[in-house]
Amino acid sequence: MLEITELVAGYGRSDVLHGVSLTVPEDGVVCVLGHNGAAKSTLLRAVLGLIRPSGGRVRLDGRDVTRLPAHRKVRAGLAYVPQGQQSFPQLTALENLRLVADGRGRDGAHALDEALDLFPALRELAGRRAGLLSGGQRQQLAIARALITRPRLLLLDEPTEGIQPSVVAEIQRTILELAGRGGLSVLLVEQHIDFALRAAQRYHVLEAGRITSTGEGGEAARDRVREALTV
Amino acid sequence: MTVILSQSFTGISIGAVLLLIALGLSLTFGQMGVINMAHGEFIMAGAYTVYVVQKSIDSAGTSLLISLPLAFLVAGAMGVLLEWLLIRRLYARPLDTLLVTWGVSLMLQQLARDIFGAPNVNAQAPSWLSGRITLVDGEHSLTLAHSRLFILGLAIAAVVALTLTLRRTSLGRRIRAVVQHRDLAEASGIATGRVDRITFFIGSGLAGLAGVALTLVGPIGPTMGTNIIIDAFLVIVVGGIGQLRGAVIAAFALGVLQAVMEYSTTVSVARVTVLVAIVAFLQWRPQGIYTLRTRSLA
Ligand SMILES: Nc1ncnc2c1ncn2[C@@H]1O[C@H](COP(=O)(O)OP(=O)(O)OP(=O)(O)O)[C@@H](O)[C@H]1O
Ligand SMILES: [Mg+2]
Repeated sequence: MLEITELVAGYGRSDVLHGVSLTVPEDGVVCVLGHNGAAKSTLLRAVLGLIRPSGGRVRLDGRDVTRLPAHRKVRAGLAYVPQGQQSFPQLTALENLRLVADGRGRDGAHALDEALDLFPALRELAGRRAGLLSGGQRQQLAIARALITRPRLLLLDEPTEGIQPSVVAEIQRTILELAGRGGLSVLLVEQHIDFALRAAQRYHVLEAGRITSTGEGGEAARDRVREALTV
Repeated sequence: MTVILSQSFTGISIGAVLLLIALGLSLTFGQMGVINMAHGEFIMAGAYTVYVVQKSIDSAGTSLLISLPLAFLVAGAMGVLLEWLLIRRLYARPLDTLLVTWGVSLMLQQLARDIFGAPNVNAQAPSWLSGRITLVDGEHSLTLAHSRLFILGLAIAAVVALTLTLRRTSLGRRIRAVVQHRDLAEASGIATGRVDRITFFIGSGLAGLAGVALTLVGPIGPTMGTNIIIDAFLVIVVGGIGQLRGAVIAAFALGVLQAVMEYSTTVSVARVTVLVAIVAFLQWRPQGIYTLRTRSLA
């Protein structure tokens, strides 16, 4: 489904991602683990095209999409939930969702409804400005917004970072449910090792812009990942 | 007293034009984070549109009604062209953008001189705008010129249309989203480049409308845009950048203050007084009437 080969990217003149390769299979969940500053977010931004890769390839269903602008990739089936509960702060919660549903006709309205079903709490908050929502609510809004385009591949950047524990569990449950439904692949960036390994069939440890360790997901991988992350 | 009132009304109609210009200016400002120095020349283009249309259509009324949408289109197209040719290559380089648009502004002025000549020209106001409404008759008569009422109505209609578009339509949502968080908009599947161009079209189109309005109360000339753009810029600064309510209050306050002062003193004393008042106001409230929260208009 998604094939990343030797991807190089950075900011200005300096590269921070030094040739990363990984694939996300159809309906699969792949996680990327790594310390702060390892370039996990940079990897996702480069895949989506928010920053222009200076080398390597991104292929979606075999088609080279490396140079495609981000909004075109979204049309091709990618969706992205950036790190840090981002929203359009002055738009209401509902406007944040309608923005994406607009122009998708009936199906847009339908998808919007389904996204709200996933996080019923958002229904009551529909009229409130997104900037006034709590971090957890904003993250739910961000995930809902990403799902309205009916993506086939979801890029999730630390979806539970900095969120109160009660909401963390709900978000994690939703992610597992989405991944289990079929028709959706996930590339998940995480710092919670346990959750990441539970969700993913495959993990990659990223350090200073390079993959240093990789293997199958699941409980059994925990110690190996811990070790890879401490050295 | 009635003189003050009628001067105030003159000021209000000038304020209305200032508001049109300031709204267009802050719309494009929200998009590129920097003032488009060529915005004044879009006003000029709108005004010359009236002049050109009148050359081929005799009836001043018909030509005015044709000029309104046409001036919006002409100025809007110029804005799109500017965005597409230059500004979009300079996003995140504010100083360069400022210099480049200033250069474009000078070039457009020269272009107008080459085409229409350096001296000012005049457009004819339609007969139905040359009358006056008399509110108070007799010794202290108070009359309102039709042309100024028309300008006021035009500005109000444009402001309402713009507000509704921004608040209620899917295009408005996209424009606000791009202003608030460009990357997130792009990552949500919005073609931000296209939204930029549409925003420039609307913002510059409003300048074209302002140009049409100005032909009803004054001459048309190559530097007419430069003269009024400073005032529009002051409206934005005083109103609070990106604040619709602030811009409305500031535009009318500025227009009225200028007009009333002009009557009681001379034009240049009025000018200085207004500028001093603004400097004093900004000392007291540097953020403008309303506080800057985001760069969004709504
Ligand atoms: N906009 C930017 N401009 C310049 N350098 C940046 C920018 N964003 C990130 N960097 C640098 O790139 C490197 C990788 O950052 P990145 O955000 O990808 O790390 P990360 O693994 O996502 O970290 P975290 O776990 O804290 O989110 C860091 O050294 C960071 O300082
Ligand atoms: Mg990160």
